[in-house]
Amino acid sequence: MAHFQKKSATTKQEVPTSAMPDIVFMLLIFFMVTTVLREVTLQVQVDFTQAENIEKIEQKRLVSYIYIGPEKLTGNRVGDTKVQIDDTLIDDLGAIRNIMYDKLQEQPKLIVSLRVDEDSEFGIVTDVEQELRKAGTLRINYSTHRED
Amino acid sequence: MQIKKRDREGAEIPSSSLADIAFLLLVFFLLVTTIDVDTGIGLVLPPEPEENQQPPPIKERNMLKILVNAQGMVLMDEEPTSLTEVKQKVKDFITNRGEDPDLSESPEKAIVSIKTDRQTPYSVYIDMLDEVVGAYEELRNTAAQDRFGRTYESLEDNSDAKEQIKNLYPKKISIAEPDQG
Repeated sequence: MAHFQKKSATTKQEVPTSAMPDIVFMLLIFFMVTTVLREVTLQVQVDFTQAENIEKIEQKRLVSYIYIGPEKLTGNRVGDTKVQIDDTLIDDLGAIRNIMYDKLQEQPKLIVSLRVDEDSEFGIVTDVEQELRKAGTLRINYSTHRED
Repeated sequence: MQIKKRDREGAEIPSSSLADIAFLLLVFFLLVTTIDVDTGIGLVLPPEPEENQQPPPIKERNMLKILVNAQGMVLMDEEPTSLTEVKQKVKDFITNRGEDPDLSESPEKAIVSIKTDRQTPYSVYIDMLDEVVGAYEELRNTAAQDRFGRTYESLEDNSDAKEQIKNLYPKKISIAEPDQG
């Protein structure tokens, strides 16, 4: 009876891993570049409203945010409607002019994204808009979610 | 004299754990990255008017006045309207091209003015703005389909085609200052 001898493969059975760090570093650099680390702690409560005809802001680096909504108090309560820019609450709306003017000098293509709570009244939004007009930051964006 | 050659060990940095370190960093950045994009309704505010500057004269017929009160009720050119009818009415107004003497002369001259109370809820205002912007988008889409057989969205940014459609239906939305309520 014929007996077949099992041939063992002569090639090495190893996945080459020497290039793995290179690939990982490439991914790493991609994520490092796309990450925007700056995050603000919200001191006002903002629930977005929804709309259908919305556009995307591709360049996040141009965007500056203004948050408008009821102030968060301790114990899940909310207070009066306040305006927050970066990490501070703005009490005097007239100060917005100077803040936004400075930002515009740094970034001439500035887009101001207004993140307004859906239950706020429109009056305060207009006041902020008037200040933006005085500062010269005319490109704005009402932040909304896509309607389902 | 013969100097004895020493067999020196190859000076190598151990690189087997390099991948591990890189993975660790990678995982960190994966976690902190937010992929979600900002979405919203874009608008360009009018510049601050100079002192003693009179507003430019606008013919009554070229202006569509939309009033929204604190209860969210809508008045379009002194006519009570429900929110669902707004889009069609805006489209009729823009594409009138001089037919109806009460509506606009041409799309370039048409201006939509939105006025609210100070007490109007923000969501109602956004719904209103959404309808008006939607009307313009639909008109632009139709025009783009007719001329180029593509949707307005799919036309390239800053291309001649897109600019052409844009100039055909310029988005002139005016946000009037609200009444003190």
